[in-house]
Amino acid sequence: MKKSDYTILVADDDPDYLFQTIFNLEKAGYKTVRAESQAEAELIISGFRPDLAIFDLMMESDDSGFILCYRIKKLYPDVPVILATGVSRETGMSFSLDSEKEKSWIRADRYLEKGIRADQLDQEIMKLLKL
Amino acid sequence: MAVLKVLVIDDEPGIRSGVSRILGTFHVSYPFMDEDFTFEVAAAASGEEGIEMIADDKPDILLLDNKLPGMQGVDVLEKIREKKYNIAVAMITSYASLDVAIRATRDGATDFIPKPFTPQELKSSIENITKQLYLKKVTNKLNEEGKKIRYQFLSVLSHELKAPLNALEGYLRMMKEKQAGDRIEDYANHIDRSLQRIQGMRNLIMDLLDFTKIRLEKKEDKIQKIDLARVAEGAIVTVQPYAIQMDVSVNLEVRNDSVIMADPEDMDIIFNNLISNAVKYNRSGGRVNITIESTGNEIILEFADTGIGISENEKDDIFREFMRVKNERTKNISGSGLGLSIVKKVVELYHGEIKVESTPDVGTIFRVKMPKN
Repeated sequence: MKKSDYTILVADDDPDYLFQTIFNLEKAGYKTVRAESQAEAELIISGFRPDLAIFDLMMESDDSGFILCYRIKKLYPDVPVILATGVSRETGMSFSLDSEKEKSWIRADRYLEKGIRADQLDQEIMKLLKL
Repeated sequence: MAVLKVLVIDDEPGIRSGVSRILGTFHVSYPFMDEDFTFEVAAAASGEEGIEMIADDKPDILLLDNKLPGMQGVDVLEKIREKKYNIAVAMITSYASLDVAIRATRDGATDFIPKPFTPQELKSSIENITKQLYLKKVTNKLNEEGKKIRYQFLSVLSHELKAPLNALEGYLRMMKEKQAGDRIEDYANHIDRSLQRIQGMRNLIMDLLDFTKIRLEKKEDKIQKIDLARVAEGAIVTVQPYAIQMDVSVNLEVRNDSVIMADPEDMDIIFNNLISNAVKYNRSGGRVNITIESTGNEIILEFADTGIGISENEKDDIFREFMRVKNERTKNISGSGLGLSIVKKVVELYHGEIKVESTPDVGTIFRVKMPKN
């Protein structure tokens, strides 16, 4: 399968970050679906199974991303999820998915800092899609 | 009314029943406490029995005899320390040698009650311990809240300041790598968005500066007679470019006297924030009506807009620091979440009050009442 056979759902309430992420993903060759809020993302996944999802952590509430991870894994356990956020070091609220304990409550497959380069993001996606 | 559990460990039956009788009808109240305390007394005749009761009942206060038949009072203290029980301990002892006192204090005893004691002596010891417990509780609560506010502060700073930086970085990288084309025109949208994000960040920084400037007290030497009509006009001039861009008209009506004794900087904060909010959360073609009216010794300010409104359950939260109403209608409006909390703090500094009335999609009225002097 090639990249254009995969559809990636991106949810982010920052219109610029959403625009840029979508732009980069499409440039890399993927199909995309966008959601500007947790509510919109929930509506989309209720009727559509993306091949991969990228969720912002803080949208309507501070844990929107966690909730979306939980919801999508319940509906489609096999869909890889990337949780992207700008907050971590500054708040002392850092988590990785390295330990089993963290994996058990953060239902994401990757946790990424916002601001990573487009090619890094693409590499992570290829790994998760086993491309 | 709160109940504190007291456990008395003493081998003399007279002491045990005495404590129960005296404390059974005793209550402690202080003007600074928001509740009265009463006491529920349990008793044990030996250290061994006492330790078991502590494990089961988790008392708040322990009255402990040092001279016991089996294990000694200080041994009980040591057990309490080992298990990290959170108990205030007073030692009851007739021969409080310096040695025992030092050991007991080191192991966590906070008070000594001489034996035999009068009811008054017991009561004043208990009163002291209660006060300490109360203060400890309040301090813990404040620390927790402090931590929470600090966390919110950092997460907002992090999110609200880093998000625009990420956006700018993204757009600049796209331009550097000429991802959208070779001509500058191909990037018109990128440049517009970048400038908007910079403006948003500038506003946040201004709010943060205001926020750090707020004092806990008015600066008496800055209090002067000021005409709020002038303050309002100044704020309108400041917001005008933004209002024109948003196609919102801003009107001021001064019904009668508009003079107040206040620090001009504080009044600027109130007007600037409420007027810019009224413009920001408005609709295209909307209006902002500001009225200033005085009745007796009060000045009443009204800031009415024709904007998106605030729902009933959002109303409770809008004055909280860093609170921003996040929904479909506000998603493209930037803000720090500090403006209204700053306004409320300032209004309260003047012993005034601020209230909000709102109907979603119709408009919002903020009403400020302040004494004139």
